[in-house]
Amino acid sequence: MVEAFIPKSLSECLELLNTHDLKIVAGGTDMLIQNRTHSSLPIGYKGDVLYISQIEELKNIYEDNQFVYIGAGATLETIMENLSVSKLLRETILEMASPAIRHTATLAGNIANASPAGDSLVSLYLLDAEVELKSLTNTRRMFVKDFIYGVRKINLEKNEMITKIIIPKLKFSHAYFKKVGPRLSDAISKLSFSGAYLVELGRIIDFRVAFGAVNIYVVRSPGLELKIIGKTVSQLKNQVEEILNWYEPLIKPINDQRSNKNYRKEVSLNLLREFIESLN
Amino acid sequence: MMKINFKLNDQIVEITTDPNRRLLDLLREDFNLTGPKEGCGEGECGACAVLLNHEIVNSCCTPLANVIDQEIVTIEGFSKTKRYEVIKDAFAKMGGVQCGFCTPGMIIATESLLNKNPHPTDYEIKIGLSGNLCRCTGYNLIVEAVKEAAKAGEGIW
Repeated sequence: MVEAFIPKSLSECLELLNTHDLKIVAGGTDMLIQNRTHSSLPIGYKGDVLYISQIEELKNIYEDNQFVYIGAGATLETIMENLSVSKLLRETILEMASPAIRHTATLAGNIANASPAGDSLVSLYLLDAEVELKSLTNTRRMFVKDFIYGVRKINLEKNEMITKIIIPKLKFSHAYFKKVGPRLSDAISKLSFSGAYLVELGRIIDFRVAFGAVNIYVVRSPGLELKIIGKTVSQLKNQVEEILNWYEPLIKPINDQRSNKNYRKEVSLNLLREFIESLN
Repeated sequence: MMKINFKLNDQIVEITTDPNRRLLDLLREDFNLTGPKEGCGEGECGACAVLLNHEIVNSCCTPLANVIDQEIVTIEGFSKTKRYEVIKDAFAKMGGVQCGFCTPGMIIATESLLNKNPHPTDYEIKIGLSGNLCRCTGYNLIVEAVKEAAKAGEGIW
């Protein structure tokens, strides 16, 4: 029988991770479905599990001058309602899942699930978000883009867990997230897009775009962004076609049950065009 | 197996069971609360919705471990409240019910929304109901029912 550990404190939790081989469950909205079996049977986990929803100290959200720190146990809804959190991230979360899922699911869970279609990831990559990883003896920080190294593959040691998501405080003139899916809620994205820019006196000071569900990882290119930063808005707009050509080879979607690669590529590039045209 | 305590429909309950069960199965099989239903079993339809600490959640995606020391209200418990009466009358008046399979979930979603936002806009109502599928009404009548409930129940949320 699968054993369940339900610690009340982080120290107890890290102690358990250090001595047992455990799968971590927060809200359970992905884990229960991935381990679904027949109705009325216990959840079909393949090994022992560690439930972290009872750990109050993991639910905090706080900030300093540079960063907002989101506890791994904070639900999507509480993050969405917290005004210290980046507006882009809050608007991204509003597009995720449904109210029922947002009331229990966590941002840490969406990161650890490491799906190329994970909606929060697009904005987290754009924001240069980091995760704090903790074990009984060690604490380290890593960019989300480095933490996820493949489809459902994460850089997490057996005795570690995500304890925080760390979001830099950035200034943008405008930023938005767009998701293309078949339904307002509860849809896994066909593709998604985040864009943000800072323009001062007509010159581009910051420019970032990221694409989801169009490659095995979230697509973002700081190299291409550097080529755009420093231009004037009108220079950029005159160069739209060229910039779409820069991004085109990075967008390598697949055909699956949700959409096909031609549609995904065309819509992604259209969203980039729309974003560039929205600059002012 | 372990002892699990939580509040269910205003009563403290204690049950010895496997915390790796889904809340939905516990409610239906151990407590005979069959208002929450298994529609899709994967969090897409909202037929299994209950209130966890006054907020809507899908009981098919909620492990028992996560309800320890928390408060759960099902449609059976909620139906004893004045708010339920208002929502029920509004759904009846506006034609927001046809086959009824989604209705417990829709009513739970309505309560969760109005509890947080007593005067929702049409858009906010659509967001509030967006995790609940209905295959009969086409949704417009349900949206109208929520607006009617907010109006008729002025002051109780």
